[in-house]
Amino acid sequence: MLDTALFYIFAALTLGGGVLTITRRSAVHSAIWLITSLLGVAGLYLLQRAEFLAGVQVILYVGGIMVLFLFVIMLVNLDQAAKEKRFSGQKWIALACVAAVALQALWFVSKGAGRFTLGQPSIAGENLGNSEHVSRVLFSQYLLPFELASILLLVAIIGAVVMAKKRI
Amino acid sequence: MNFQFTQTDFFVLRPAILLCLFGCGILITDFFIEARQKFFNALTALIGRGFTGYALWQQQSYLKANGLPELVGLSGAITIDGFGIFFNWIFLIATALAIIISTRYLEIEQEHHGEYYALLLFAQTGMVFLATATELVTLFIGLELMALSFYVMVGFLRGDKRSNEAAVKYLLLGAFSSGMLVYGFSIFYGIANSTKLADIAQAISSRDPKDPMVFLALATTAVGLLFKIAAAPFHMWAPDAYEGAPTTITAYLSVASKAASFAFLLRIFQSPLASVRPTWEPLLGAVALLTMTLGNLAAISQTNIKRLLAYSSISHAGYILLGLVSGNQTGLKGIAVYILVYTFMNFGAFTMVVAMRNQKIIGDDIDDMAGLMVKRPAYAVLMLIFLLSLAGIPPTAGFLGKYYIFLSLIQTQHYYLAVFAVLYVAVAAYYYFRIVKVMFASEAVERGEISDSAGIRVALAVSAVFTLLIGVYPEPFLEMAQRSLFASLR
Repeated sequence: MLDTALFYIFAALTLGGGVLTITRRSAVHSAIWLITSLLGVAGLYLLQRAEFLAGVQVILYVGGIMVLFLFVIMLVNLDQAAKEKRFSGQKWIALACVAAVALQALWFVSKGAGRFTLGQPSIAGENLGNSEHVSRVLFSQYLLPFELASILLLVAIIGAVVMAKKRI
Repeated sequence: MNFQFTQTDFFVLRPAILLCLFGCGILITDFFIEARQKFFNALTALIGRGFTGYALWQQQSYLKANGLPELVGLSGAITIDGFGIFFNWIFLIATALAIIISTRYLEIEQEHHGEYYALLLFAQTGMVFLATATELVTLFIGLELMALSFYVMVGFLRGDKRSNEAAVKYLLLGAFSSGMLVYGFSIFYGIANSTKLADIAQAISSRDPKDPMVFLALATTAVGLLFKIAAAPFHMWAPDAYEGAPTTITAYLSVASKAASFAFLLRIFQSPLASVRPTWEPLLGAVALLTMTLGNLAAISQTNIKRLLAYSSISHAGYILLGLVSGNQTGLKGIAVYILVYTFMNFGAFTMVVAMRNQKIIGDDIDDMAGLMVKRPAYAVLMLIFLLSLAGIPPTAGFLGKYYIFLSLIQTQHYYLAVFAVLYVAVAAYYYFRIVKVMFASEAVERGEISDSAGIRVALAVSAVFTLLIGVYPEPFLEMAQRSLFASLR
């Protein structure tokens, strides 16, 4: 019962935050609403007993990425941006596309939901938290992708240096 | 859950580990190399190629000696089989050719940095995993490793606006398609509760083929994969990225990245999605037809040779897809032969464009090649061989690839597709021969000077020799292609 109530609260937070993010005129307001939306997602993760994901969501998205966004917003000329016409002429086409995708999703869920087994939250019986489970799987079964990701990050760093520096 | 890193795991991973080591090594030694001696980086990269090739050869002979169809490492994340080894050889050859044609070009562009070679090796690491991984997370990270290296390499000419534009376009569309792909993967995981391809194949085959969830996974994954191989209607990024990128990278991108994406696509469609073949066969047939139509018709009106070859490589992707549509042994063998042949002929054609770049001109206009026959007949003849092969005219190798694809279409009664495929060969011949006409019949122009180097000459010679050799003496290569088929189909 409490779970259901909390789910609706967090879902409303996520969706409402998302809508407000794209409709606010000021970029800073949009950023704040995006934080709200992301926190709502973190709450949904917690409801699924995925504490690790919720923590990562808050630290990475709300903490790291949003700070980056705010830095960029600081550098952009906000007064100029506020005067520009918002929403291009594609508004109705975009809305139609969203409606089409929503209908498709509804159709898929109504037809196939019964056959779609949902993941069960955290294995019962074992007295381990979610974070321990994630770390166990990450460093055993998924060790190779984990190590590969380090090469991926190295390439990203090289790319950033090559692209941004005037003289290498 | 016990996990141990065994000797088999190390054996399986060795080519990739060597590639990473040499990539990192180049980044370090680059500090000690003076600006005029940057070609030492290319040498280091080539030595790395040698070591990787040796590791690969060991894997191949191990499989052969023990009569194993495949070798599974890291609890099912990596599978070394004939398919993976075949594609790894293609990546190895393409990367080696890309390295040797790059030194001179980068000097002319004044962007000769060690990072370039390191990125080439890291891109190849990604490809190795695309061809051998059998687990979704590893596959995805391998794909991103390859793509991220390419985004940087496409924008490597930092002073050139076209290069910057190409990199941004490629990055945005690449990120979008990766998003689609990973969405499909998440549904696969939801269906099978496992990220291993074998488990997913089992879960899907035990379901009703008309299951909407399977279709949703199929559709999103297919869109992501078709983006990567630049099949219509998801091909829009290719001409811009190919035109703006440094020509050496265009050559590498059009050959190696395409082969790796095809390896990925073939594995996904033949392993987890094999049981829903009736659903995707007509879809892929339509995509292949559209790809050939758009690629060939758009190529006719191009005046920039890089754009022309970009559209031609889009249409080649359509032909290769046809082999998967027919899906019998002939077709799949045809795909392997086609990709091998395409590697050499397309690389050769782009190497000619690289050679046209000199201090004065970019050399990517078709008219820059005017009168090449009078000035440098050897180069004109080489280009003629590559173009004949691209058009699919015997005795060059391009004919062989197309022959097997068409044969498989007829064997599986896809007559309409076969008719269209043959008709488009005529269209393709028209625009390839436009280049031939400019080279052989036009007046020589002052500006189109060849600026070659030893590396470019070697690359051209290797490409031309293989383009002809596979055409006139195909047996060993057909045998190679036969070994590359999945064990279940052999």
